[in-house]
Amino acid sequence: MRFVDEYRDAETAQVASAQITALCEPGRSYRFMEVCGGHTHTIYKHGLEDYLPESVQLVHGPGCPVCVIPMGRVDDAIAIAEQPGVILTCFGDMMRVPGGNGSFFDATARGADIRMVYSPLDALKIAKANPDKRVVFMAIGFETTAPSTAITLRRAAADRVDNFSVFCNHVTILPAIKAILDSPDMRLDGFLGPGHVSTVIGCRPYEFIAADYHRPIVVAGFEPLDLLASVVMLLTQLREGRCAVENQYTRVVPWDGNPLALDAIAETMVLRPHFEWRGLGFISHSALSVHPDYAAFDAERIFELPGIRVADPKSCQCGEVLKGVINPWECKVFGTACTPETPIGTCMVSSEGACAAYYNFGRFTRRRVRQEIAG
Amino acid sequence: MSAGEAVAADRERAVLDAIERTRRARPRLKEDRVVLAHGAGGKATHTLIEAVFMPVLGNPALQAREDQAVFEVGGASIAFTTDTFVVSPLFFPGGSIGDLAINGTVNDLAMSGARPLYLSAGFVLEEGFPIADLRRIVADMGAAAAAAGVSVVTGDTKVVQRGKADGCYVNTAGVGLLEGERRLGADRIRPGDALIVSGGVGDHGVTVMLARGELDLQADLASDTISLYPMVRDLLTAAPGVRCLRDATRGGVATILNEWAVAAGCGIVADEDAVPVRAEVRGACEILGIDPLYVACEGRFLAAVDPADVDAALAALHRHPDGRDAAVIGHTKEEPPGLVLLRTGFGGTRVLDMLIGDPLPRIC
Repeated sequence: MRFVDEYRDAETAQVASAQITALCEPGRSYRFMEVCGGHTHTIYKHGLEDYLPESVQLVHGPGCPVCVIPMGRVDDAIAIAEQPGVILTCFGDMMRVPGGNGSFFDATARGADIRMVYSPLDALKIAKANPDKRVVFMAIGFETTAPSTAITLRRAAADRVDNFSVFCNHVTILPAIKAILDSPDMRLDGFLGPGHVSTVIGCRPYEFIAADYHRPIVVAGFEPLDLLASVVMLLTQLREGRCAVENQYTRVVPWDGNPLALDAIAETMVLRPHFEWRGLGFISHSALSVHPDYAAFDAERIFELPGIRVADPKSCQCGEVLKGVINPWECKVFGTACTPETPIGTCMVSSEGACAAYYNFGRFTRRRVRQEIAG
Repeated sequence: MSAGEAVAADRERAVLDAIERTRRARPRLKEDRVVLAHGAGGKATHTLIEAVFMPVLGNPALQAREDQAVFEVGGASIAFTTDTFVVSPLFFPGGSIGDLAINGTVNDLAMSGARPLYLSAGFVLEEGFPIADLRRIVADMGAAAAAAGVSVVTGDTKVVQRGKADGCYVNTAGVGLLEGERRLGADRIRPGDALIVSGGVGDHGVTVMLARGELDLQADLASDTISLYPMVRDLLTAAPGVRCLRDATRGGVATILNEWAVAAGCGIVADEDAVPVRAEVRGACEILGIDPLYVACEGRFLAAVDPADVDAALAALHRHPDGRDAAVIGHTKEEPPGLVLLRTGFGGTRVLDMLIGDPLPRIC
């Protein structure tokens, strides 16, 4: 497959792997956080860790859109869906996320009309096709998906689709990275920056990571060779005693981002004073709500929401996993009480969640796998 | 490795062992209502079967957990199976619910090594369903039955009020005759067996999904639905070392590999690059974020074969137009029992688990 296979070539991976090993200083170990859940998925899906020496550890970050949705917001969405005449639409990943009263799948089994869409524009189409229903799109995701929600809001206003609204749960990545950098548990040597978010916001906003926290960050693509190349770039910076923002994903990410997308977000959404992140708690200025100019399309104004904060189950350690403080398997309920079929925490739900990725693809120590394959 | 790392590695191993114990424990049904995943053919389906059906209806034939039962009647060995079809849309490139209803049941019989003989057909029709569409479905059933050499010998029709069903559902059951003493089954799989797939995977699932027209994707694809009996007959004749066959319907190739690893108590190492997947299927799966190894086929099967017979088996399959792309995709091993490992195209290794959830509901 063109434009894909080139970035999955095993021979090139061997070369990158040798470079990585050569760049590692003997006796030193490295912990790099891949901020984005898409990276976590790539790492496990392709078995990328087989190419890394044991001294290089990849730590999974908070950039999984589904993982950071708190239980109370799931309950709010179900409350909307259970209103008469409502069709709730969402991305497929949301369907299995547990709230205080079950998941969207459980709600559909009870009779709610919740439909999966691949794009918010599809939700708008559903609204146009069902003028007698109120169609709500549950918007989730970082700056990556916010522009498509923004464009949909613009189009809904232009086409006067007054039975359409957005339940906005968009979050922004920088406050989460900052929260991790400020955390006393922080033991990271550098970051693999979120490639898709950066197509929108560009590379400049990460400069504080290098300037104030003295950690290198390389904005990375999503194919396995992108990640290996980015690890080479991080190790090169450390070897040369530098800390800078670098862009490996130049084929997609412009240094200054996408001004059209940023304008669309600024026009249709505003920063919330604070927002609860699952496992991380409340973070100031870390999420977006629908702009007052678009109030007619804001589900939070149209529907009465319970808005009750639901505490995470005590046994769930998603917060520590999202901050990279513990490995997925170090969580007390990992793989026993909490599995992809019956998840307790969000990290076990999305294919981008660190726990689900580790459970589905990596449920084996690297050393043991090598022994089995060789034997 | 430092002492600290050694302790961590031991702890990780202990956690992984605990997980394997949990996975082998009898599954518990936590839902109080049926959810779509219960019909997806993956873990949730297994849980439903083990929790609801097996405790009440269990008997030696059912407990074999194969896609068909095999039993003796009057000295003859009979294979018996049933399947229900709820595919949406009813018509798609390469076939219709009528083709699936015949081929699905014929193939479940063929996988036991039986010669498919007689089928039943039951219809649940929604009030208002066009007779012309029903005629098309039945015409497809007639053509598929003739191609497979089976007869539909009994049937039933029910009509429900408008809105209480989605157009047309079809159930078929079938019986077949096992000739000779040879029996196939997952319990016969041995470490070292070669695992063969009979052709490119994922065509049916992706075709049906694109035919729904919800995704604004187009590809030159058609369903792979066919009767597998002729290919199976020639395979079994050519390769006495065939130990087990299973058609890769819901849950796809990955789910069968997992079922076999568990049933045979062996490990499986599969090679991602060896699995034949059409470029159009790979492309669509890449865009949609699904793995072709989990996508349903309706005319492909997996065979576990004694390594000594691999060449004969492949040669027999390659003689059929639908078996041209047949390939060895992996092997069984002693270790690790019950687990499927995938060597990725990128050169890494990962676990290939059973299907969780349902990426594509109502595919057959």
